[in-house]
Amino acid sequence: MESVGSIIVYTIITLAIVVCSVLAVTTRKILRAATYLLFALFATAALYFKLDYEFLGAVQIAVYAGGIVVLFVFSILLTSQPGDNSAKLASKKRALGFIGALSMLLVAGYSLVSRASFLTATASGDNPVMKEIGTALMGTGHGEYLLPFEAISVLLLACIIGGVVIARKR
Amino acid sequence: MELTMIYYLIPSLIMFCCGVYGFITRRNMIAILISLELMLNAVDINFVVFNRFLFPGEMEGMFFTLFAIGLAAAETALAIAIIINVFRVSNSIDVRDVNKMKH
Repeated sequence: MESVGSIIVYTIITLAIVVCSVLAVTTRKILRAATYLLFALFATAALYFKLDYEFLGAVQIAVYAGGIVVLFVFSILLTSQPGDNSAKLASKKRALGFIGALSMLLVAGYSLVSRASFLTATASGDNPVMKEIGTALMGTGHGEYLLPFEAISVLLLACIIGGVVIARKR
Repeated sequence: MELTMIYYLIPSLIMFCCGVYGFITRRNMIAILISLELMLNAVDINFVVFNRFLFPGEMEGMFFTLFAIGLAAAETALAIAIIINVFRVSNSIDVRDVNKMKH
């Protein structure tokens, strides 16, 4: 049985996720879309905190909300005038996208809800402590992740070089 | 009321479908990228929820999400570099205007 406070927190987080992600794809001002994306990412971080993954929530805030959204805002300010709206969509295209997304929502939602009776597991286990995370990230044994860690670092280096080469003035 | 897995999977599904809708209908390249971030984020939520509810004590889902966040950051930075370069060449980031490679 969940406590009332937990349910209230869950409701707030879920409402924030749903409302902000709907607004992020429907608003016509692109800077507003980036702001709604920021709030959706914050709500996701709150969800991670609620599920006791504190390190993951911190990473989500630092990398997504702190890094990616700032990149978005800078590139929006570089490429468009503040205040101009995107053109109104042709209703045919909007209907097509709406039907596609809605049919996907219905099919996946039905298959989830119809199996709700099997998904009775409740949240258990506790927050992995920082020492465990560090050992698992840097170890080479079973269930440890040194190789992907190094692969990510090479990928980030390649990404830095690629970004400089692509965006450089000729 | 017990908060089982389905209560976390449904919001993530709604977030993913919003991303699909935006990806199909948007014309601005940065808006398309924003929709893409929404989809990636919904998938990350799913990994964490499955990890917490089905395999408590393991950390696989959490690490998958961690690496996915790193990949998303790299991908976004590179995509924005490309978008700014496209803007410099054709003075617009509307996907309908990006057809110079055809001719």
